[in-house]
Amino acid sequence: MSGHLYLWLIPALPFAGFLLNGIFGAKLPKSLVTTIALLAPLGSFALVVNAAATIFLYVSRCKLCGPPDYGWSILPLNELHGAWITSGRLQIDFSFVLDQLSLVMLLIITGVGFLIHIYSVGYMSEERGYWRYFAYLNLFLFFMTVLVLAGNALLMFVGWEGVGLASYLLIGFWFQKTPAADAGKKAFVVNRIGDFGFLIGIFLLLSTFGNLTFAEIGARLAADPAMQGGVVTAIALCLLVGATGKSAQLPLYVWLPDAMEGPTPVSALIHAATMVTAGVYMIARTHAIYDRSPFALSVVAIVGAATALFAATIALVQTDIKRVLAYSTVSQLGYMFLGCGVAAYSVGVFHLMTHAFFKALLFLAAGSVIHGLGGEQDLRRMGGLRKNMPITFWTMTIAVVAIAGIPPFAGFFSKDAILYAAYQEGAGGKILWFVGWLTAGLTAFYMFRLWYLAFLGESRADLHAEDEGALVHARSDTKLTLEAEHHHTPHESPWSMLGPLVILAVLSVIGGWVGAGRFGAFLAPSVGARTAEAASNTLEITLTALAVLIAVIGWFVAHRLYRNYAGEEPLARASFPYKLLTHKYWVDELYGTLIVKPILAVSRFVLEMLVDFAILGGIAWLLAGMASFGGALLQRWQSGNLRSYAAWLAAGAAALLLFALVPWTTVLADVGIHLNSAGH
Amino acid sequence: MIPLSWYLLLSAALFSLGVIGFLIKRNLITVFMSIELMLNGVNLSFVTFAHQWHLVKGQIFVFFVMVVAAAEAAVGLAIIIAIFRTRATLAVDRIDLMKL
Amino acid sequence: MHLVLFIVFAGLCLAGAINLLLQSHPINSALSLVVVMSSLAVLYLLLGAEFLAAAQVIVYAGAIMVLFTFVVMLLNAGREERTLGSRSAKAIGFPAVVAVLSVIATVILKAQGFTPVALSDNITSTADLSKVLFHELLLPFEVTSVLILIAILGAVALARPAHDERRGRTEAGK
Repeated sequence: MSGHLYLWLIPALPFAGFLLNGIFGAKLPKSLVTTIALLAPLGSFALVVNAAATIFLYVSRCKLCGPPDYGWSILPLNELHGAWITSGRLQIDFSFVLDQLSLVMLLIITGVGFLIHIYSVGYMSEERGYWRYFAYLNLFLFFMTVLVLAGNALLMFVGWEGVGLASYLLIGFWFQKTPAADAGKKAFVVNRIGDFGFLIGIFLLLSTFGNLTFAEIGARLAADPAMQGGVVTAIALCLLVGATGKSAQLPLYVWLPDAMEGPTPVSALIHAATMVTAGVYMIARTHAIYDRSPFALSVVAIVGAATALFAATIALVQTDIKRVLAYSTVSQLGYMFLGCGVAAYSVGVFHLMTHAFFKALLFLAAGSVIHGLGGEQDLRRMGGLRKNMPITFWTMTIAVVAIAGIPPFAGFFSKDAILYAAYQEGAGGKILWFVGWLTAGLTAFYMFRLWYLAFLGESRADLHAEDEGALVHARSDTKLTLEAEHHHTPHESPWSMLGPLVILAVLSVIGGWVGAGRFGAFLAPSVGARTAEAASNTLEITLTALAVLIAVIGWFVAHRLYRNYAGEEPLARASFPYKLLTHKYWVDELYGTLIVKPILAVSRFVLEMLVDFAILGGIAWLLAGMASFGGALLQRWQSGNLRSYAAWLAAGAAALLLFALVPWTTVLADVGIHLNSAGH
Repeated sequence: MIPLSWYLLLSAALFSLGVIGFLIKRNLITVFMSIELMLNGVNLSFVTFAHQWHLVKGQIFVFFVMVVAAAEAAVGLAIIIAIFRTRATLAVDRIDLMKL
Repeated sequence: MHLVLFIVFAGLCLAGAINLLLQSHPINSALSLVVVMSSLAVLYLLLGAEFLAAAQVIVYAGAIMVLFTFVVMLLNAGREERTLGSRSAKAIGFPAVVAVLSVIATVILKAQGFTPVALSDNITSTADLSKVLFHELLLPFEVTSVLILIAILGAVALARPAHDERRGRTEAGK
């Protein structure tokens, strides 16, 4: 059956799009570039839908003729495309695996990805690098699908690295701007640190299991119940380092806010919906390992909860609309890690799905706002957009309500499920629940703050901000030239941008209605079911009510503080906390002093001075010296002097004569050197 | 009765004297004459061996050597004249512009 | 008789060769070389090569050495000067040549199977020579004539005055 699903086409189509647009894009007309760029994700999406439909049909047919869950046992589907590495007992293949988890991920990636491609057509229509953008975007899709479809850790790592590369290319899309180029580098380097952990994890996997195929590892773990702790913990922690880097958790989150230098659709696709979720996906995929290491799981949960709270606090005071959303993403990813950390992997993935919908929507709507304002990104200079951009306003409202966790929108179901799962995890779980609950309130607060500042009230476009630096930095999106005192009438965006907004808004509403329970049951064959304690209905209802309550409180506080915003930030009254938060806890400065500066100093001294200058320079000087010395010697031969030529002639003739006349074999034999075994 | 080796030794001596003259002499023409001396030494050894092995071809070879020596002397002296015309000197050490 | 002849003329050869080296004026060296050529002619006769002896006198002593003398006179080559180059050449050249000579001498003296030479032992008549020359080696013989033609052309071309000088001469002649 898998032969008809053509799984390999799902990555192949975007790759073809990348090649075509990358090589020929500069010379093709824009419409052709657009067509190629849109056909690729559409094709992949169609294939994924086809695969899903085929499977569901098959399952429903099987329900009629056999045990209820029989149909699902055809998953995971394996598509093998030949061996990659065969070395001794090591065998790594190009294998694509489709199971419930990867099916969900693929639907999200290709679906949301396709919508964002459409959005980008409108958003990036004025760009000179239009073809390059879509080439990179398709490249990203290729690597992401490879990552999700991979059947073994090494192939996944290929996709992992590749999305990091695509992220670098896209963040630094406007590479002529130094902040953008720096942000790209920062993202790549920080990712690399995480990837190093991932690699160590892969090596440990290899040495422990001799195999990198997920199915094999799962089977081996299942066959050996005694394998716990120890090396399994080590593997889990190393993989976690990788996930931390890719999914922007503490301490490797610093690249994500800076990544907002890239175009907004990129932020939506990569830094909200798909790439940053790769870490969560990876943990879910290797859940068999994490299940054997309670210690690693608690680390995951703690990292997730801490990150969620930490990022939410920073988001409270951000003035750039995209920065708020970036920190919000970090915070929500923390929730997903929290979910995985309490072994409720399906719940984490559920939140991943709903988050993909409303976060992408948030970013795209923010992009619509920025586009409509001609490049303005500072919240302090927005306001009153409700009148000028109604559709953007309504879709964004849906997204804000969804992320705040207010029923019946999508975010409520997933966030509530995570909090409930956390609460059930014993004493530590209660603390985690509390942190998550607090963060939910903060989330509601800062999201509504954004909503009030951007859309409600009166337009503050003419307001001068105190901090000129922030202003200059905020206006860095579409146009490269700073639009100084540009009086731009805010206008609604074209339908190529609004269409995806509407679709995502619908999904943000209904996306959670499948319910955590059913979703969990669906994913259980691939990520394992959580042995839940006896579910107490009253406990569940109480926790749900508390979650909704804190969300509403968050909204209410934001309403009171920002309903009549007139330029003065109310939070600034708490001067020290405000300063701490606006400087993002000085984490970047800390990293700079602790890590970056010493490395630079060492490389300058050791590598530049010592190795480059002294050693390599010395070698080069030596070689050159030898060449010129040899040349000076040999120069004597070509003196142009007749007599010296005559002398050399005579010398050569004498040598030949000697060689011919003297019976060398006997002479040497007399000396004692025998040239051949015949001897004398 | 003269041992053949005496002729050969004489030939070797003449040849060596020619080589020495070729290396030592400072006048271009004298160097050229040393070359002729070398050729003559070789001629002697050819004739000696022709006598030893009753080979006429040895003597014919000497004949050809003489022809070639004559041609060479003519051309070489013409070159020397040309050099003298441009350099106005026949000192071997002064002729040092023979580089590429 | 043979021995006396040999010693006299071999001695003359060597004396002339050494004199060629010792003289500083090229004309003296040229005349010494004439002595060497002539003595060699006699030695050829002792070895039974009549034609070669005659050719040696006619071609070498009579034509080539005359040419040398002529050029020496034409160019008015004077006495040689001492230069640094000649001193180092002497320092290196002498020992080297002596070494080579000793090697050759060793080889010659060690060789066996040589029959001693007697007078009128084996005289090659001109008729014998020409038989081989014009039958088997006709082609090389003809080629040498071409060679000489080339040599003539080359000598004329090389020794000509330069273009401007020639034009100057013809105009002066008018």
